[in-house]
Amino acid sequence: MEDMILEMIDITKTFPGVKALNHVNLQVQKGEIHALVGENGARKSTLMKVLSGVYPHGTYTGEIHYKGKRCEFKNIKESEKLGIVIIHQELALIPYLSIEENIFLGNEQGKHGLIDWHATTMRTKKLLATVGLKELPSTLVTNIGVGKQQLVEIAKALSKEVELLILDEPTAALNEDDSDNLLKLLLEFKNQGISSIIISHKLNEISRIADSITVLRDGATIETLDVRNDHITEDRIIKGMVGRELTELYPKRDAAIGDIIFEVKNWNVYHHLHSGRKVIHNVNFHVKQGEVVGIAGLMGAGRTELAMSIFGRSYGQKISGNIYKNGLEVHLKNVSQAIEHGVAYVTEDRKQYGLILNNDIKRNITLANLKNIAKHSVIDDNKEILVAEKSRQQMNIKCSSVLQNTVNLSGGNQQKVVLSKWIFTEPDILILDEPTRGIDVGAKFEIYSIINKLAKDGKGIVLISSELPEILGMCDRIYVMSEGSITGELAGAEASQERIMKYVMSK
Amino acid sequence: METLKQMFKNNIREYGMVIALVSIVLFFEIVSKGVLLQPLNVTNLIQQNSYILILAIGMLLVIVAFQIDLSVGSTAAFVGAVSAILMIDHHIGVVPGILISLLIGGLAGAFQGYWVAYFKIPGFIVTLAGMLIFRGLTMTALEGQSKAPFPEVFQKMSNGFIPDILSGTSIHITTLVVGIILTLVYIFFELSHRKAKLEYNFEVIPVRFLAAKLVFVGVAINWFMYLLASYKGIPNVLILLFILIVFYTFITTKTVAGRHIYALGGNEKAAKLSGVKTERIVFWVFVNMGVLAALSGLVFAARLNAATPKAGTGFELDAIAACFIGGASTAGGIGVVMGAIIGGLVMGVMNNGMSLIGVTIDMQQTIKGLVLLLAVAFDIYTKSKQS
Repeated sequence: MEDMILEMIDITKTFPGVKALNHVNLQVQKGEIHALVGENGARKSTLMKVLSGVYPHGTYTGEIHYKGKRCEFKNIKESEKLGIVIIHQELALIPYLSIEENIFLGNEQGKHGLIDWHATTMRTKKLLATVGLKELPSTLVTNIGVGKQQLVEIAKALSKEVELLILDEPTAALNEDDSDNLLKLLLEFKNQGISSIIISHKLNEISRIADSITVLRDGATIETLDVRNDHITEDRIIKGMVGRELTELYPKRDAAIGDIIFEVKNWNVYHHLHSGRKVIHNVNFHVKQGEVVGIAGLMGAGRTELAMSIFGRSYGQKISGNIYKNGLEVHLKNVSQAIEHGVAYVTEDRKQYGLILNNDIKRNITLANLKNIAKHSVIDDNKEILVAEKSRQQMNIKCSSVLQNTVNLSGGNQQKVVLSKWIFTEPDILILDEPTRGIDVGAKFEIYSIINKLAKDGKGIVLISSELPEILGMCDRIYVMSEGSITGELAGAEASQERIMKYVMSK
Repeated sequence: METLKQMFKNNIREYGMVIALVSIVLFFEIVSKGVLLQPLNVTNLIQQNSYILILAIGMLLVIVAFQIDLSVGSTAAFVGAVSAILMIDHHIGVVPGILISLLIGGLAGAFQGYWVAYFKIPGFIVTLAGMLIFRGLTMTALEGQSKAPFPEVFQKMSNGFIPDILSGTSIHITTLVVGIILTLVYIFFELSHRKAKLEYNFEVIPVRFLAAKLVFVGVAINWFMYLLASYKGIPNVLILLFILIVFYTFITTKTVAGRHIYALGGNEKAAKLSGVKTERIVFWVFVNMGVLAALSGLVFAARLNAATPKAGTGFELDAIAACFIGGASTAGGIGVVMGAIIGGLVMGVMNNGMSLIGVTIDMQQTIKGLVLLLAVAFDIYTKSKQS
């Protein structure tokens, strides 16, 4: 196969306890645009990290052939030297350096440690012309928009004489026009013989520019579709992405659903730093007593922002809209008020936002409701231990004692501590943000059982999850969010992965 | 037995500190040929270090909240100057003079706390500014001169002793009685604590260990009181310190507010999302620091019997060092009041001991620096081993 620029053969990569990539194959032809698609957690980024040498040779098994030669990259420098350049989802530019400084960062033009500014500027001008960016080389990166920053990244890649360009979600943060420009640029590169791999969730863009598509699912190659010869519909791609059977088990629950206990109307939120950027657009939703309501969507769809803005305005600015509990309007201006009104929010990132890691289990459990174990603001230590012990037994937290620091617990047990904390506040509404992320299957089942029990006790549960099987397995009703709006609502019974994905992609 | 081992393991830092302090005391007692623990010297030690210990208590809260306060030395000097102007120039009574001074300290803390808590300017910057601002104000207020003397009652705060109401002749009997009372109170607290634990069916340490602990602490208290009684009795400033230590230990370990400070220092975002009003806590921690800095300034001025423009120079560094030597974490969220006190005493005993054996003041700085470095290195080493 002479026209292959890249062949990755039988790549297997394991992390402690998890098989991330399972005999993956990927073939990219010279001068094509190759799309890599798959759900969150399908391990697309992992595969690209193996390719670029972020995971060095020896930490995975399998072979990489690039331009007909077998390659064993030990770091990114080695792969870049051969013209493989990866542009990550989160841009890696230094905001307070200029465009030219960023482009040649780590690759400075000059000799003996002295920078040749003349050459730097000249080359930058040329590169900027190639990518069609009309900015001065000396402009600071922080002063240009995200779309233009993306172009700077590409110019940086070009400066390294790129032959295989890898873009991880390049248009995720871009508006329509900027995305359009970027896609045109990729087509332009294709004409010049540069191959690209593009990871994207936006199927309409993929069908527009890709020559072939490889579908990954759960760390395995499912299929490679040739778009040049056959007409491939978006539905066809989605089927490949989600076509897995429910392998995990979800405990059964007899739903006894009551009246609406919590309702959010006309909810609008602006970005916490950029007051001009709206992140939540006119969202309406409600939760009934004893109901588990799912919010599905991709990362960055605004689900966490929605939840946090409701939970005592912990995110965003210029928030507008109304919240009703049991039909009466409530104002949740800060977290304490939210807790007082019986709203609890279990955060997505338990280490950063959920736990005080250097505190013990009991202190974490009681933190959000200290007044329950205190008299005149004086804490009753013995009562606190009792409360923690009770949670430990009910939630089956595996630990040497409730005096153990939470930093040493496993992910599943940490999550149980966070859940205990919020259950101890005696909430009526629990918003759970990715409650099973990074947790093994057994602990997941326990968390699901806890969720079911809470619903059975008459609480309203909002379950935010990127894992579609989890949403389908757990929820009585499902909202789908995309780009800050709710794009669909489905009853649990009528929902399917394909239908949800359609709403996800509908923007 | 297992739980005992576990308890020791969990508290290795605290026990380690006590052991370190005892070793240092014994070392200097031996090399100074018994001068260190002479009654006069022990009394001196307490009086000399009281103002640093007062600062260390406030600084501990600041450090646990993951902040720093560099302005305390300047604030102490400024408040000392103000108190001198009030009491010496304007002949205001001692009690109102002290109250106004403490209020000014609180305001100085509030001023800085406001910028840190609500404007999100790092405490390092705000208090660095405060350090310059209050030093400058001190110089201006005193016009570069010292002011003296203070009223005699005021001096007694730092230099006086409790009266011997039982009129001992060669020994201060009241001091001995206080020692016995303290011992009884301590035993009572330990026993009622144990009783409550038993009522809840919690594990308690075996009786013989408890007995050993009670005997040990009891002997320590009474021996210490005997030392003091052999000179002039309990210094007034020790009473003040004792009240502060008990009060702040209570606040930090038993109250909701104390718990919130630790949560905030351990993980600000998580604390905020658990309903802790983080801004308000930071603000009040700085106000509290301001009040204690003022108190420290008053004690220092009373001891010197003068307000001087250079008072308090370097106090902030001693207080910060005391906290870190005493086991406070540089990452916030960890530290206890007693640790800061012990840390302060370690430095105080070393200062005093080195002076007694004739180490020059220049060399003392170097040795203190090394001790700070080693203490924190030990701390980080044990932590990395634990996890």
